[in-house]
Amino acid sequence: MTTHVLRDYLANLERELRFSRDEKRRILLEAEDHILEDAARDEASGMAPVDAERRATSRFGDPHTVARRFAEERPPVIRLRGVTKNFRTPTGDAYTALTDLNVDIRAGEFCAFVGPTGCGKSTTLALISGLEPISEGEIEVLGNLMPQVGARVGYVFQTDAVFPWKSVLDNVAAGPRYHGATTAEAKEKARDWISRVGLSGFESYYPHQLSGGMRKRVALAQSLITEPEILLMDEPFSALDVQTRALMEDELLSIWSATSASVVFVTHDLEEAIALADRVFVFTAGPGTIKGTYDVDLPRPRNVSEIRFDPAFARIYQEIWADLRDEVLVSYERAKRKN
Amino acid sequence: MVVALRVGLGVFLLASWEILSRAEIIDPFFFGQPTGIAKRIYTWVTEGTAQGPLWEQVLVTMEETVLGFIIGVVTGVIFGILLGRNRLLSEIFAPYIKALNAIPRVVLGPIFIVSLGLGMPSKVALAVVMVFFVVFFNAFQGAREADRNLIANARILGAKPHQVTTEVIIPSAMSWIVASLHTSFGFALVGAVVGEFLGSTKGIGLVIATAQNTFNMNGVYAAIFILAAVALVAEALVTALENRLIKWRPNTLIEVTI
Repeated sequence: MTTHVLRDYLANLERELRFSRDEKRRILLEAEDHILEDAARDEASGMAPVDAERRATSRFGDPHTVARRFAEERPPVIRLRGVTKNFRTPTGDAYTALTDLNVDIRAGEFCAFVGPTGCGKSTTLALISGLEPISEGEIEVLGNLMPQVGARVGYVFQTDAVFPWKSVLDNVAAGPRYHGATTAEAKEKARDWISRVGLSGFESYYPHQLSGGMRKRVALAQSLITEPEILLMDEPFSALDVQTRALMEDELLSIWSATSASVVFVTHDLEEAIALADRVFVFTAGPGTIKGTYDVDLPRPRNVSEIRFDPAFARIYQEIWADLRDEVLVSYERAKRKN
Repeated sequence: MVVALRVGLGVFLLASWEILSRAEIIDPFFFGQPTGIAKRIYTWVTEGTAQGPLWEQVLVTMEETVLGFIIGVVTGVIFGILLGRNRLLSEIFAPYIKALNAIPRVVLGPIFIVSLGLGMPSKVALAVVMVFFVVFFNAFQGAREADRNLIANARILGAKPHQVTTEVIIPSAMSWIVASLHTSFGFALVGAVVGEFLGSTKGIGLVIATAQNTFNMNGVYAAIFILAAVALVAEALVTALENRLIKWRPNTLIEVTI
């Protein structure tokens, strides 16, 4: 027998699960069966269904932990093992951007990469997207050992990369059109995404007529419309003013929570990283590698501008900053010597 | 105010030309006379030139120019984009294109006249080679300088290589190409007129050559004025085309008058 206890529990669990719709349905059915079976035993010994379900759900675990358990069971969507990336400078010298990089990113996870300038955070995104090949090591993205550009990975670039000669509507409709949708279908879908990022009414505007924040919204809609399983974001909000930035961060979280995408968010701003992410990766000064990873156990949904006052936020910040500070100093010293 | 000064300057120049030549401070035999030029244009319009009606000469020259312009632009854009996109092709062709570009194109005129005859094809061919290189180099440069971020973004969004070309490379090369259209239309006109000089049966170039041979300087100037008027109209059309093609650009960049 199903009561409101189980229904509420399943609704909470659904909110925490970050998988595709089909997978969510499968997991929810599995959880429902398991809990009902468990509750049936208590009911048989005379307990009220409501109490029996309450006990069974608490034995199953709180939704947050359960969701995490499911996520950890699955193979990571991104797996880097001992990855090295060398570039050749224009003068012909070899330059190592990344060395012995090991990263695992789970399905539906929001990860942030922080590190000093020039530590190879952006290069890592280029490797994951397939825009750049790795030099050594192993890479696996969504099961591909050779990441293909344009296959289920979205990318929001640091600089404006929306097409200046296309209107907002055509910019957002570009992805579906490249994937073979008819123009009418693509525009229909684009209108929906434009309203989701709050740009309704600006469909016919050209990028140069929009503010920086609005252009970022276009870029976000343009990436998300292709429903990527991984969304890479390279300091997307660094050029925005503080208020617009907080607003965009909140919107990113609310849009993301409705998708099942894993996000890798590169930033040099530790506060931003903690406010947004489930896990923070700290990079060493170049050649970059991972210095440490930190779980951010702050509850969701989060309000980006308010969560900074949470005592837990300050504690996590201190912990990570102790690690990051040394790397920032190293990189600062190097920059000074170069000048 | 600007318009008044503009007209004033024109009137002043024509008036001083007229007065100086009447006073024979400058020789009207070499420099012509505005009133003489006006009379000449009037008789051409009413009675036709030695080669036939004036409109026919203008039409022939325009036809050669426009045909040469269109063919030159289209081939220039195609080759420019193709070589701009493909490094191997560009490295194979680069020395040949540079060598061809180093030749003053006008010297190809006699070859075209001999091989294609006195009719229209030889003039069109000369106009084409005049236009081709200007447009080619602009399209090539435009394709080379397309924003790498935009190309990466298009690929990430799922664009195939040919879609990257049509959706990113061509639009970003477009502002280079369109900028070259202004100069290349002038070159097409040069090609057509020089071709007519070298040997033809019709056209403004022939009218000029005939007037020159009879030491009729007023006739030469009259033909030049007609060419200038035609070129101004064409320039306005190219500007209109430019505004249509790149309406996505911020307005400040479009406001180039002259």
